[in-house]
Amino acid sequence: MQRDADGVASSPHIHSGASVAGVMRRVLAALAPGVMVSAWFLGPGVLLQIGIATVAALAAEAAMLSVRGLAMRPFLFDGTAIVAGVLLGLAMPPLAPWWLASLAAVFAMVVVKHAHGGVGHNLFNPAMAGYALLLVCFPYAMKSWPAPGAEAWAADVLGAVFLVDTAKVDAVSGATALSFVRDGLRGMKMLAELRPGAGASLLGGGAAWVNLAFLGGGLALLAARVIRWQIPAGFIAGLLAVSLLLYLGDAQRHASPLFHLMGGATMLGAFFIATDPVSSPVTPRGRLVFGLLVGAVVVLIRRFGQYPDGVAFAVLLMNAAAPLIDRHTRPRVYGERDTR
Amino acid sequence: MFTAIAMAVLVLGALMAARVLVAASASPPRGSHGLAADIDRLLPQTQCGRCLHAGCRPYAEAIARGAARINQCPPGGEATIRRLAQLLGVEPLALNPRHGRQAPASVVIIDEEACIGCTRCIQACPVDAIVGAARQMHTVITAECTGCELCIPPCPVDCIAVVPAPAAQHAWQWPAPGRVSA
Amino acid sequence: MSTVLRGFHGGVRLPRSKETLQGTGSRSVALPPLLIYPLQAHVGTPARPVVGVGQKVRRDELLAAPSSYVSQAIHAGTSGVIVEIAARAVIHPGGVTDTCIVLRADGEDRRLTPAPALDLGRATPEGLLARIAEAGIVGMGGAGFPSHVKLREGLLNAVRLLIINAVECEPYIACDECMIRERAADVLLGARILRQALRASQCVIALEDDMQQARAALSRRDLAGAQIVRVPAIYPAGGERQLIRMITGAEVPAHGLPIDAGVVMHNAATAAAVADAVAGGLPLTERLVTVAGAVRTPANLRVRIGTPIAHLLDACGRSAADARVIVGGPMMGTRLIDEPAPVVKTTNCVLRLPAAAEDCTMPCIRCGDCVEVCPAQLQPQALYELARAGDWDGASDLHLFDCIECGACAYVCPSRLPLVHYYRHAKSEIEALELAQRRAAELRSRYEARLRRLAQAGDAAAEAEGQAGSDVDAAPAPAAVPDRAAMRAEIAAAVARTKARRTANTPAAAGEDEDGAR
Ligand code: SF4
Ligand code: SF4
Ligand code: SF4
Ligand code: SF4
Ligand code: SF4
Repeated sequence: MQRDADGVASSPHIHSGASVAGVMRRVLAALAPGVMVSAWFLGPGVLLQIGIATVAALAAEAAMLSVRGLAMRPFLFDGTAIVAGVLLGLAMPPLAPWWLASLAAVFAMVVVKHAHGGVGHNLFNPAMAGYALLLVCFPYAMKSWPAPGAEAWAADVLGAVFLVDTAKVDAVSGATALSFVRDGLRGMKMLAELRPGAGASLLGGGAAWVNLAFLGGGLALLAARVIRWQIPAGFIAGLLAVSLLLYLGDAQRHASPLFHLMGGATMLGAFFIATDPVSSPVTPRGRLVFGLLVGAVVVLIRRFGQYPDGVAFAVLLMNAAAPLIDRHTRPRVYGERDTR
Repeated sequence: MFTAIAMAVLVLGALMAARVLVAASASPPRGSHGLAADIDRLLPQTQCGRCLHAGCRPYAEAIARGAARINQCPPGGEATIRRLAQLLGVEPLALNPRHGRQAPASVVIIDEEACIGCTRCIQACPVDAIVGAARQMHTVITAECTGCELCIPPCPVDCIAVVPAPAAQHAWQWPAPGRVSA
Repeated sequence: MSTVLRGFHGGVRLPRSKETLQGTGSRSVALPPLLIYPLQAHVGTPARPVVGVGQKVRRDELLAAPSSYVSQAIHAGTSGVIVEIAARAVIHPGGVTDTCIVLRADGEDRRLTPAPALDLGRATPEGLLARIAEAGIVGMGGAGFPSHVKLREGLLNAVRLLIINAVECEPYIACDECMIRERAADVLLGARILRQALRASQCVIALEDDMQQARAALSRRDLAGAQIVRVPAIYPAGGERQLIRMITGAEVPAHGLPIDAGVVMHNAATAAAVADAVAGGLPLTERLVTVAGAVRTPANLRVRIGTPIAHLLDACGRSAADARVIVGGPMMGTRLIDEPAPVVKTTNCVLRLPAAAEDCTMPCIRCGDCVEVCPAQLQPQALYELARAGDWDGASDLHLFDCIECGACAYVCPSRLPLVHYYRHAKSEIEALELAQRRAAELRSRYEARLRRLAQAGDAAAEAEGQAGSDVDAAPAPAAVPDRAAMRAEIAAAVARTKARRTANTPAAAGEDEDGAR
C-alpha cells in the first residue's frame, strides 16, 4: 500500500477505509442532538458560540499549518479542529463576548495543539485547555449563564456577544444549577432549603435533557465503534461512586448521584471530551482507569472547587497522567507468562 | 478545589513514584569492565585507525578520558555515533569528515599474479586476515577482512585492491517507509 | 455438529472476496515454455543443484538436493532440458534476484516411474519422514518450512497433537477450500500419515466457519479419529499462534515454537502432498493457486511449481490496466516487482489489485484501534513511535519480535500509517545491527589474539616467518585460475574504484550526501 522511492511496498495491501476525517465526521454527527437540545434550552447563543469557536479554530489551524509549512488540505479538513471548536463552543456561556471563544480557540490550536507538534502530538485536550484558560483568566465572564428557560433570543444574543452589552440582557444570571447548589451548600444551607426555589429546575431547566441527548449521541458513537466503552463507563462509574460516597456520608450537604449524573457536562464529558483519543490512554485497562479517575475528580471539583463544572480540569489533570497510565496498563503479550 | 487538586497531585505522585521504582528495578546492572570497554563494544572493530588512534580500543579509551569526540569513526558511521551518544548521554554529532566518510562494506583482494610475497601486508593486517608465506602468493580471507585498508600502503607493488564486500555482509533490508507527513 | 471455536485476542473481520470461487472446481493451465526453480524457496539453506546445464530431465526428477538439515529438495515439474542455472527474478519485496534452475519444457511431459507406495501398516515414522523429505515437501501455507524437519522435531519432542490447518483467513484465497472439496480423501490420508509419522495421539482439522462444502466433503468420509473444528472467519484465525490458542487454550511461548505448546501444525495442502508422496510415490511438483482480483476469470488453477506468474495472469486475463500484483493474500502477501518470477511451493494466491489512490497518512491519533485488533496483544502505536524514532532497544523491549506482521493494525488505522512497514524496517535494522555486533566481537578477539602474539613473540616472530617462507622457495606457482583475464579486469576496475573512493574521501568532497550504508 505504501510505496517509497524504491517501489518497495509492505503488506497489508488493502485498508479498511477508515480515516481520521471519517472518525471526526461521525463524532460531529453524534454531537448534533446534544447541540440542538442545548440550543433549545439555552437559546441560539449556543450555536453562535459554536460557530465563533469553530471559525476561530479553523483559522488558527490554517495559520499554523502555513507557518509550519504543512499540507493544508488533509490537515485542515481532518475534522480535528472542527471538533475542538464545537466542544469549546459548547463549553462557553452562550452570552459570552465573541473574543472570549476566539481567544480560547486560538490558544487551543496554537499553544496546545501545534506547539506540541500538531494533530496526534498534543498532551492535553485542546478544547478543554482553551476553556480552562478562560476560566482562570476571566472567571466572572465564564460564570454568566442565562437562567434556565429565560428568553434570550436572537437580537439580544447578538448584542450580548458582539457588543459586549450584557447589561441589556436581563436574562443573565450568575449561576448554573451546579454552581447554585454548590454555592448554596458552601453557605451552609441544607439541600432541602434549596429545593423549593431553584430546586425545581435542578434537574429541570434542560440540564437533564441536554445530558440525555449527549448520552444518546454517545451511545451511537459506541455502537459505531468510534469510541470504546471503557472511558465513558469508567467516567460514569467514578462519578457515581464518589458522589454516592459523599451522599451517603451526609445526604444533606451533598447533591445526589443522580444530580451529578444528569447535571452539568457529565455526558458530554464522558462520551465526547474524555474520549478524545490523542490525549487519553490507549490500552483498554488504561482507559478504564482514566475514566474512573476523571469521573471521581469531576465530583470533587464540582463539590469543592469554585468553577462552574469540573469536567475540564478533571480531564486536563488526567491527560497529564495518560502516558503514565498507559505504561502501567500494558496488556500481556501473546505467549508471555503472566507476571502480574 | 484545593481538596481536588491535592487528591489529583497525590494520585499523580503515587503513579510517578511507582514508575520510578519500576524503572529502578528494571535497569540492568552496570558492566564491570568500565566505561572504555562499554564504548569499545559499540565500535565496529575494523581497527583501521581512521579515528587517529591505534585501534578501536585506544579510541574508546580516549573517549572515556574525554580526549576524543564521538564522531571520529567512519566505519561505524552515524549508527555508531548515535549509540555512543546514547551511552554517554550526549547529543549525537555529525561524522567528522576529517576522518573520512561512511561507505558500503568492502574487503580487499590481492592480485595474486603481481604479489611478490614480501609479507608486509600480513604484518600490517590487524585481524590476521591474510595468509601466505614469504615469496609466495598471498591471499585475503574475505570473510575475515574488515576492509580497513591498512595492508594497502605497505605493499611495494600496489597489488591490493578494494572491492565491495560479498552480498552476505550487506543483505537486503526493508528500507524505511516513505516519510509520513508531520 | 461442531461448534465454532472462540478465543483469540483481537483480529478483524475482513471482506471475504472469495464467494465466487468457493464451490467452483479447479482449472488446469497450459504448461509454460520455461519452468524456473529458485534454489532458496524454503526456510533454511538453499538447495544444491544436482543437474547441469544441457542435461535432459523427466518430470519428478531431482534437480537440487537439500544442502543441510534445514533445506529442501527440488524436482522437475515436466520433462525437458536444463537451459540455465543463473540469477533470475523471484518473489521478493525488494525485487532481489536469486539463483534459479531454468528448465525448458519439451512438451512431452514424460514422468519418472513413481516410487512404490509405502505400506502404512508397516511403515515406521523414520520411513515416512524419509519419504516426505525425498518428495521435497515444505509447508505450503506459510513460510515454507521443510515438513520433514518439523515432523522430526515434533517426534523428538513427543508432540501429541497434530493440527491440519485449512483456515484461509485472508481475503480472496480459496485454493485450500477447493483442494479439500476435490481431494478430501487425500487430505484425510495425509493427515493419517502425518499423525503416524509424529506418533501423535490426536488430530484436529481446522476449517473456517463458512467452508460448508469442504466440511461436508470431509465429514462424508472416514475421519479415522480426526476431529473437525470450525473457527470464526476473523482474520487472522488461521495464524499458527491464534489457531493453537483457539484449539488448545494454550499459548505458544514468546520466542517459542508450536512444539513448545505440544503441537505440530501442517497446512491442508501439505497433507495432500504427503499423501501423494507416501501413497503415490510422487514428489511435490504441482499445487493449486488462486488467481483473483482484477482478472477476467478468477480461478483456482492447477499449476506446475516453477511456472512464471505472468503466465498465470495471461491465462486468467488481466482486466484493469493499472494494477499491482500481490503474491499471497492482500494482508500479508508480497508485492511482486517482476512478473516473470515463478510460483514456488508456498505460493497460494496471485492477486491483481487496482492501484490505490494516493494515500494520505496522518500522524497517529492514538485511537487505539490497532491495540484492539492486534492478535499478538502488542501496542502497535507505541511500536510505531519507537520504530519511527529509531529507538530499536525500546521497540525490542515492547516485544517488536512478537509481531507476526499480520497487518491487522495497519488495516484499521484511520491515520493510514504503514505500520507493518515500520516494523519490518525496524526488525531488519535490529537484525543487521546484531550481526554487526557479533562480527565486531569476533574481530575484537582476533585483534586481541594478534596483539598478544606480537607481545609474546616480539620481532622474532617476523624473522621466523621469513625463514619458514624460504623453505618453500622452490614450490611451483599455483595452477592458473581459469579466467585470469576476467579477474585482472576486475582487479583493475577495483583499483579504479579505490582511487575514486579515496578522492571522494578527501575533506573537500565530504560534504556530499551520505548514502546511508553501514
Ligand atoms: S575509526 Fe573506528 S573502526 Fe577504525 S580504528 Fe577507529 S574506532 Fe576502530
Ligand atoms: S586484509 Fe587488509 S583490509 Fe583486510 S583486514 Fe587485513 S589489513 Fe585490513
Ligand atoms: S604486501 Fe603486496 S606484494 Fe607483499 S605480500 Fe602483500 S600483497 Fe604481496
Ligand atoms: S490505529 Fe493508527 S492512529 Fe490509531 S492508535 Fe494505532 S497507529 Fe495510532
Ligand atoms: S502486524 Fe504486528 S503489531 Fe500489527 S496487528 Fe499484527 S501482530 Fe500486531
